[in-house]
Amino acid sequence: MNYFHFPLEDWTNSFVNNWLLPVMGGFFNAISDVLGAFIEAVTNLLIAIPPEVIVLILIVLSWRIAGKGLALFTLIGCIYLGSVELWPAAMQTVAIVLVSTLLSVIIGVPVGILTATSSIMDKIVRPILDFMQTLPSFVYLIPAILLFGLGGVPAVISTFIFATPPAVRMTSLGIKQVPEDVVEASRAFGTTKWQLLFKVQLPLALSTIMAGVNQTIMLALSMAVIASMIGAPGLGSTVLSGISTVNVGLGLTGGLGIVVLAIILDRITQGLGKRF
Amino acid sequence: MLVNKIEVNNLTKIFGSHPQQGLKRLKDGEQKNEILEKTGMTVGVNQATFAVKPGEFFVIMGLSGSGKSTLIRLINRLIEPTDGEVLIDGKDITKMDTTSLIETRRKKLGMVFQKFGLLPHRTVLNNVAYGLEIQGVDKQERFEKAEKAIEDVGLKGYESSYPDQLSGGMQQRVGLARALANDTDILLMDEAFSALDPIIRKEMQDEILHLQNKLGKTVLFITHDLDEALKLGDRIAIMKDGRIVQVGTSEEILENPANEYVSNFVKDVDRSKVLEASHVMKKPEVLMTYKDGPRVAVHKMEEAGASSIFVVDKEKNFKGLLTIDDAIRAYKEKIDLEEVLITEIASAAPHTPLHDLIGIAVEAKYPITVMEDGRLLGIISRVSILSGLVLGKEKDEVTSS
Repeated sequence: MNYFHFPLEDWTNSFVNNWLLPVMGGFFNAISDVLGAFIEAVTNLLIAIPPEVIVLILIVLSWRIAGKGLALFTLIGCIYLGSVELWPAAMQTVAIVLVSTLLSVIIGVPVGILTATSSIMDKIVRPILDFMQTLPSFVYLIPAILLFGLGGVPAVISTFIFATPPAVRMTSLGIKQVPEDVVEASRAFGTTKWQLLFKVQLPLALSTIMAGVNQTIMLALSMAVIASMIGAPGLGSTVLSGISTVNVGLGLTGGLGIVVLAIILDRITQGLGKRF
Repeated sequence: MLVNKIEVNNLTKIFGSHPQQGLKRLKDGEQKNEILEKTGMTVGVNQATFAVKPGEFFVIMGLSGSGKSTLIRLINRLIEPTDGEVLIDGKDITKMDTTSLIETRRKKLGMVFQKFGLLPHRTVLNNVAYGLEIQGVDKQERFEKAEKAIEDVGLKGYESSYPDQLSGGMQQRVGLARALANDTDILLMDEAFSALDPIIRKEMQDEILHLQNKLGKTVLFITHDLDEALKLGDRIAIMKDGRIVQVGTSEEILENPANEYVSNFVKDVDRSKVLEASHVMKKPEVLMTYKDGPRVAVHKMEEAGASSIFVVDKEKNFKGLLTIDDAIRAYKEKIDLEEVLITEIASAAPHTPLHDLIGIAVEAKYPITVMEDGRLLGIISRVSILSGLVLGKEKDEVTSS
């Protein structure tokens, strides 16, 4: 099948080495600095707050949003995290999940709105989303390290790439699902485009958008272990060191921690989505 | 001076890839189905022209696919017209920029939809206040106006309910209140009652007539139901294949259908519900001023070959019925005419539908009187009801009195 040689590898490397790094390096450094500072601030905040306070807040939240069962689970889960000395690691993971989810929502929701209202945007964005979701995450770990160095920043960036598509897709779906007759009636009364968006479309799409945010959070958590390979701190790195030292017990301990976080975050955000 | 609230001239909508090309074909005289066959484009509305006067209840009637729903959406530009003009209070809405279009929709055009189109996440009060909210009217004022509109449509007490907690009829009342709250002169109603069951529909029809009377709105009402059109419309436009084939009052349309399509349409109409007492009444055969004595009465009855006579005073106020026997008795026994008059006679208002008169006519011994403010306008015999049902309006109206 090799009718001709396609030097994609060489091209890409010379593009990265000759243009991306020397020319755009400053730009990426700036992003890296801002994002890094933000992640550090969130992490420090979460670690500075006494665990008991965070647990109490989580229990109240899960009780009000999802009921007694989840509140009990949250209590047991958090006691587990403390008793295996993984509380700080859990908070580091939560910080990265929070920051990357925030980034995904800030960028994903507006893009979702655009794709719902413009078919041209939809045609442009759809293949990009497919690409983001199907490209093996290891592939973009490499440029992430090159551009942003090791640590939390490349982790957030690659988590963002992996976890944003559901936020875009569900926002778009939610807005398209607003009944045509409701939109028409609103227009007939003299609704402007912005009023239509904020008073009609977004409120009616909110539960679908929340389902997208829930998916984003779950995907972000599932990236925790992979992101630890490029130096992201947290429960992922616990599992990673379990793998590299063939320590089954350590792997399980860290893995269960991730499961605990996943269940708590999933149930709380799902419950929030149903409220709208 | 502005005579028309809404004026529609040569309004055309062609759906498809090259509407201008379709328009040219249309203007060259090609038919809707030819254009569809040759170009694949659909002619939604075909050069419609009509005008609606202030305070008029104007109904556009057509079967599904006749273009009536497209037409009403062209009027507030929910659908962009291909050609023609729509004058709202003399201003052409088709040429307005976005700002003035939105302003016109807010201030002049209220609309009620077949599928209600209520905001499911808002309470009744917030739905009704929506139109004012987007205009930036402050909370207190818009809630006051919304409250009043809710009261007008009979939904007081449901302000904090959500649309899905209400029945279809009540939801449509909310839709109506939302349109009323904006206090626009014009109400566009798109099959507003078609989704409701028959009893509720009748109720809403009576209600909208009452409200229109009270508030003096200009109403443009779309329906596929001829009975509804005939009941509500001051004038009716009949649409077929995007064209308006006839405009007229219900009587004109029933009596002089413009073409076969319309006459086929109206042939099964229940005339008893459309025709009113004033359409079939006759001027009383013999009249008599109250001052005339029994001798004159008998004489007049003999002249007319009648056995009874209706008695009115100088102002034409109805006094009663005098039979020839009573007149002779009054003459012989020298009693006052007033004492022998039969006053218990069935009467009807000029706008009473024939349908309601049938029952009365069966029971009544004497003709039914048609009265307005105590004045005798005419009488209706059983024969005139029957001939009205069969022939429509009485052709050989007696004009002499």
